[in-house]
Amino acid sequence: MKIGIPKEIHDGEKRVATTPDVVKQLIKLGFEVAVESGAGAEAHFSDSAYNDAGATVVEGTKSLWDMSDIIFKVRAPEFNSALNIEEVDLLHEKQVLITFLWPAQNPELLKKLAEKKVTALAMDSVPRISRAQKMDALSSMANIAGYRAIVEAAQHFGRFFTGQITAAGKVPPAKVLVIGAGVAGLAAIGAAKSMGAIVRAFDTRPEVKEQVESMDAEFLEVDFEEEGSGTGGYAKVMSKEFIEAEMALFMEQAKEVDIIITTALIPGKPAPELIKGYMVEAMKDGSVIVDLAAEQGGNCKLSEAGIVKKVHGVSIIGYTDLPSRLAAQSSQLYGTNLRHLMTDMCKAKDGNLVVDFDDEVVRGATVVKEGEITWPPPAPKLSAAPPKPAEKPVEKPVEKVEETPSALGPIITFCVAGLGLLGLGSVAPASFMAHFTVFVLACFVGYMVIWNVTAALHTPLMSVTNAISSIIIIGAILQISSGDGLLMWVAAFAVTITAINIAGGFAVTRRMLEMFRR
Amino acid sequence: MSEGIVTASYIGATVLFILALGGLSNQETSRRGVMYGMAGMAIALIVTMASVTANMGILIGGLVIGGAIGVVLAKRVQMTEMPELVAILHSLVGMAAVLVGFANFMDPGRLEHYAGVELTIHDVETYLGILIGAITFSGSIIAFGKLSGKMSGNPLMIPGRHFINLGLLLGSIYLCMMFVDQSAAGGGFMPLLIMTGIALLFGIHMVMAIGGADMPVVVSMLNSYSGWAASATGFMLNNDLLIVTGALVGSSGAILSYIMCRAMNRKFISVIAGGFGTTTGGSSAGADVDQGEVVALEAPEVASLLAEAKEVMIIPGYGMAVAQAQHIVCEITKTLKAKKVNVRFGIHPVAGRMPGHMNVLLAEARVPYDIVYEMEEINDDFPNIDVSVVIGANDIVNPSALTDPDSPIAGMPVLECWKGTTTIVLKRGMATGYAGVQNPLFFEDNTRMLFGDARASLDAVFKNL
Repeated sequence: MKIGIPKEIHDGEKRVATTPDVVKQLIKLGFEVAVESGAGAEAHFSDSAYNDAGATVVEGTKSLWDMSDIIFKVRAPEFNSALNIEEVDLLHEKQVLITFLWPAQNPELLKKLAEKKVTALAMDSVPRISRAQKMDALSSMANIAGYRAIVEAAQHFGRFFTGQITAAGKVPPAKVLVIGAGVAGLAAIGAAKSMGAIVRAFDTRPEVKEQVESMDAEFLEVDFEEEGSGTGGYAKVMSKEFIEAEMALFMEQAKEVDIIITTALIPGKPAPELIKGYMVEAMKDGSVIVDLAAEQGGNCKLSEAGIVKKVHGVSIIGYTDLPSRLAAQSSQLYGTNLRHLMTDMCKAKDGNLVVDFDDEVVRGATVVKEGEITWPPPAPKLSAAPPKPAEKPVEKPVEKVEETPSALGPIITFCVAGLGLLGLGSVAPASFMAHFTVFVLACFVGYMVIWNVTAALHTPLMSVTNAISSIIIIGAILQISSGDGLLMWVAAFAVTITAINIAGGFAVTRRMLEMFRR
Repeated sequence: MSEGIVTASYIGATVLFILALGGLSNQETSRRGVMYGMAGMAIALIVTMASVTANMGILIGGLVIGGAIGVVLAKRVQMTEMPELVAILHSLVGMAAVLVGFANFMDPGRLEHYAGVELTIHDVETYLGILIGAITFSGSIIAFGKLSGKMSGNPLMIPGRHFINLGLLLGSIYLCMMFVDQSAAGGGFMPLLIMTGIALLFGIHMVMAIGGADMPVVVSMLNSYSGWAASATGFMLNNDLLIVTGALVGSSGAILSYIMCRAMNRKFISVIAGGFGTTTGGSSAGADVDQGEVVALEAPEVASLLAEAKEVMIIPGYGMAVAQAQHIVCEITKTLKAKKVNVRFGIHPVAGRMPGHMNVLLAEARVPYDIVYEMEEINDDFPNIDVSVVIGANDIVNPSALTDPDSPIAGMPVLECWKGTTTIVLKRGMATGYAGVQNPLFFEDNTRMLFGDARASLDAVFKNL
């Protein structure tokens, strides 16, 4: 099948859905690839580079759309003013469109796609499960956005990020607060950290604390208990009390930090307003706010989508095209995400795409199938943490060899043991029974003690019990005083070999235990 | 020395031995535990030696010579050779039990002390001590041979071996009755000697029939026997210290055997009856089925996978011990930790040839023990693991144990590394493990193979990190 890569027409969009590297991989999967002339120009991939990678470069938007079986795009279809035609109308029946679609926000578009009898996969709807991570374009884009947010902030911030002591005086490090430690937030933390800033992060989901701390940033917590994790690893709306506590924390931080990056989004809801006007006012002159949620209404009350504003001396950056500002990088990652999706959908590697609804990933991403709207998909089964409920149904789990404990079993055992003891007691002399008591008790003590031994120390346990069992040497010592020469030598030999055991057993145990250090 | 003081000292030694075993409940207290054990042994020795009336020089000579040999052995042994050392030391306990038993039997004072039922009981005790001691001795020698590679690890399957065992058992019982009868009349040396021969044969045969993969069970079982032998000797000598110590060691070994059997989901009896580890029967059929393709990687790719991961789980197996790769594993761990990769170790209870074998090797390489986890502790974490590295292990990571009821290892708990994002398997070739079962893990989509000697492969990975 032929994959077509048209040039993106959205205003200011510099990304392209496939890079020459990815083209090579797609061809390996058996696909043919056609690229519209100039598609990669803005992301610095020339037509000749695509050509060298094995793609055909096609002049003219319309012919490309016509000849392709599969269309890779970045932005959802929109009105092409140069051709004066809706991109949707360029599609033909049975074609497959793979791109960002935002089905929740664009029900009209879904309908149009369905009318065109095409199949459409939304890259933003790829479920967030471990297996699909390599196709998770939202994460790739968020990663880039987070990084770029710091770069933009640095651009508008009048000082160093890193602290320095120079001949000309001391420079304090910049303090950065990242709100929302998702993929974008973590990327921002990493970028800010590597530029030398002091980074703090806040998130309503307590499980990200570890991730934040693993990046060497400080995790801020509000003095209030509430779990903020929703399904699929996203955040949810918090209670009023929590939000008040949160606001107090942000106000306090606003006075102190130089840069605030906000990345807080809740799926299907407008972005929560976290940085109020009065907080912006409280910030120092020259501070910077980067609002990654500007497109969804903004985490900062004063931010405006697409532009940089200066309010109370604070630059508020509301760019919505941060990934596009790193076009080469985003194109490469997005292209790779698409390639992984193709690998998943073309298991035979014969260049034929299979829309397999048994595949959870494909099912989740497919929003229109051959003219039928299939969105929303059935709810994803899990967030990242709990184990997957078996990707392929496990063929009936194997039973462990375990007898069902019957009530009769122990009773019989006790009866037999009791009778045996009675029998022994009736014939054995008292001195034997005394020793026998000691023996049975010792077995129980051993039983109790040994169960407490940690499995890591089983080898030392064996060597030390081995040394201890050489206590048999006492028997040999008692016999060595015998006047009989043969007996004496037998005993002497026994003493020697048990001495080997005692010394060797204890010494090797000590040697092993010396190694068990933290 | 008065009887009371001797008894009191023995009680002290007993308590110290119990404390020694109790100390092993965690790594912090374990070193102190061994000191207790040594103190207990010293007390027991000194007190007993105080009652020696003659031949003190020979006694001390024996102690010094034996002690010196023991210390040299302990210092020289490689950590990978621990199972062999433990096995050979067990054989010494067995031999000592046999010798002490015979010496006791030959002691002319025996008939003066005992009469009637007491004599019978005493004779049975002597008989049992020698029997168990002889089995321990010859069994341990064979186990040593198998573990050190001097003998084939394959189980020896004599036709009708169960009947042979049964015959030997019945023969021993008959000989015991003969021995008790003749001993009361002042004889009985012959039955005792014949029985010793039978017991030695039995020990050899029993361990010969057990495959290499079941060695952890064998070693811990012999450990148990050496304890019971000491206990039986204690009965014979009317010595409570020996009885208690023997019982402690015996139950310790028995529990270890039980733990090992549970970890393989096998019954103790079926392990002892032998025959595991053959490739006959249904198991080989699985190997013939085309399972798909394996994806092989080169060391640089493995290195980059590891470096990019956040959570790494290392699963060592016997292959790591064979290749002596534990040190390089530790170096890799350190490097990855420095890169903020969370590296942990997942240890299957029967990994290696002895209970806790892997832990000792990792400790030797100075892997901090708090990142080394038991199977039960980490098996649920695998879905969060980015890269699992399986080093020379096979059956303990075989998913068919859970999915295929016909598999010879069905129901055995395994490390579920295939639930992680990627699994890297280090292996010399595509041979099957000891159980002779093909491993579907190698053919999983998210499994990558790195072929070659574990140490050489890991060296290359380390260089690329």
